[in-house]
Amino acid sequence: MTNSLIEAVSDRFPAAVSATHAYRGDQTVVLRPEFLLEIAQFLKEDQALQMNLLVDVTAVDYSTFGKSAKPAFFASSGVAVRPSPLIPDEDPWPGPPAKARFAVVYHFYSTDHKHRLRLVVPVEESEAELDSLTPLWPGADWLEREVWDMYGIRFSGHPNLKRILMYEEFEGYPLRKDYPVDKRQPLIGPVN
Amino acid sequence: MKTDNTMETDQTAEVPADPEKREMMLNIGPAHPAMHGIIRLVVELDGEQIQNADVDIGFLHRGFEKMSEQVDYNGVIPYTDRLNYVSPLINNMGYCMAVEKILGISVPDRCHYIRVILSEISRIGDHLTCVGATAMELGAFSVFLYMIKAREYLWDLVEQVTGARMTVSYCRVGGVKADLPEDFAGPCAEAFKEVRTVIDESDKLLTRNRIFVDRMNGTGVISAEDAISFGITGPFLRATGMEYDVRKDCPYAVYDQLPFDVAVGTRGDNMDRYLVRMEEMEQSMLIVEAALRDMPPGDVLVNPETGRPIPAAQMVDLGKMGEIESISGGCAVIGPTLEGSGRAQHSSIAADEKRVFLPPKEDTYGNIEGLMQQFKLVMLGHGLRPPEGEVYFPVEGANGELGFYVVSDGAGKAYRVRVRPPCFAIMSALSTLLTGDMIADIVPTFGSVNMIGGELDR
Repeated sequence: MTNSLIEAVSDRFPAAVSATHAYRGDQTVVLRPEFLLEIAQFLKEDQALQMNLLVDVTAVDYSTFGKSAKPAFFASSGVAVRPSPLIPDEDPWPGPPAKARFAVVYHFYSTDHKHRLRLVVPVEESEAELDSLTPLWPGADWLEREVWDMYGIRFSGHPNLKRILMYEEFEGYPLRKDYPVDKRQPLIGPVN
Repeated sequence: MKTDNTMETDQTAEVPADPEKREMMLNIGPAHPAMHGIIRLVVELDGEQIQNADVDIGFLHRGFEKMSEQVDYNGVIPYTDRLNYVSPLINNMGYCMAVEKILGISVPDRCHYIRVILSEISRIGDHLTCVGATAMELGAFSVFLYMIKAREYLWDLVEQVTGARMTVSYCRVGGVKADLPEDFAGPCAEAFKEVRTVIDESDKLLTRNRIFVDRMNGTGVISAEDAISFGITGPFLRATGMEYDVRKDCPYAVYDQLPFDVAVGTRGDNMDRYLVRMEEMEQSMLIVEAALRDMPPGDVLVNPETGRPIPAAQMVDLGKMGEIESISGGCAVIGPTLEGSGRAQHSSIAADEKRVFLPPKEDTYGNIEGLMQQFKLVMLGHGLRPPEGEVYFPVEGANGELGFYVVSDGAGKAYRVRVRPPCFAIMSALSTLLTGDMIADIVPTFGSVNMIGGELDR
């Protein structure tokens, strides 16, 4: 497995790339937020890359990463992974982005070259705003609305940034780790 | 003064509507028969032509992704059944393969083949539902009934294997619940014969039917470039002429060893999407037939004396009576609802990793090792613990690329499970698809989107 895509991006934008990895063969580039739009345009238009399909936009809230209680008596009951020879395992995962609470995750695919690339953009909670990719991919419209809906991350330049799965009256961002799983906010019916 | 004010308001209210004014707002759904599933369309009309359409979704949001962070890795599988509930086996497979990727384990070939066979059977069922529902909404009710009849034959197959019709929960991380029943190829061939008859009948009823063709041809048109920029995949994209199929382009399981063609269209309208789906059903049947032929055999342990497996109830009775000589070393036959049609078969369908895969029920109830293995995987605070990391795994769902993005922090629960639902992208393009068409074209276009509320709203 070659990491040609990671090299193509980090050679072209050395200042923008803060980390790279290819854990389990998924080529990943961690970016500084201000370069997102520029790099996305490069990915789409460069002849050698042609990442024309924006597969997915999502986010991860890393605020409780690794903090879940581990059972003290059975600390050894984790699975010792025996990596398959089919899945490359030489590239370790560098861990969640340092300091930033959120990471917005983009998956790209090229239908011509048949390769995939993941962009991870760490976002601070205080300035949770990124450039919108809607000028390049109209499909980013709904995907970014969902990230806004679920995590409260804003996308500047988005034409219609409003909630998509939840309703307008909903308060809070349900997929944030500090949103209680059993909290109800029904429009009608009992609250807890 | 007061009187004057009232006078003025009354005057404005009494201005008659402009007889030339043709713009109108129309609200369709969320509980409208043509909006199967629940969505709401707010369309701006000029006469009968759609000027703009606002698509409102989220009525079926159940918090799948939030719930997946609350239960252990195997506990997510029943939730995945309810994503695309028309082809749940493909969701099961996608999720399990994503977790297997993060664990770094691989499953035996026989398990891959079983997963592929059931995925393709589900895909046929999904396409039958989509085409049948579209035809029904355009007035061809009998086609719908024929196709649902054909789907019933396929669901009988699914029931034989999994014990359930819709909420199958058949795949496990590291394997599948049970092996195929003995001589599965026989009922499979019979069911496919019926399905082929139905597809032929429907083809005769629809493909050259004047009403059907007039309403499908040239409506809901989208170009390949536009479809790609919206992130559309699956039959919807292939109808525009773009040959992107995850099974061919990023082969997973054993798809690279199975012969099949990718059906593509040329014009990207509703008719092409119908034709692509019809062809894909035939291709899926070819895949299943090839897979059943090529599948490596599983070793079936039988009663050494009679050469036949012993029914579980009989085995228990013999054991109670102390006649253990005749059953030691034998293998109980347990129905598919009770996990596994035989203990020995498990080794050929499950990954060789006891810390991942649930043991066969005979072992759970029959010996202490099996009970411990089950306990370690099921009880709170134990369970599967993948290493820290993030993976994305795409499979070809019935509507397009179905991807699972899983992040693990090394605990017994997934840190984040994200589904990339294929019809989300298509629905985001619906407004563009409808604009410029007539209001009656909403029905065939929305039908060909094959919107599945479960995976759209999650």
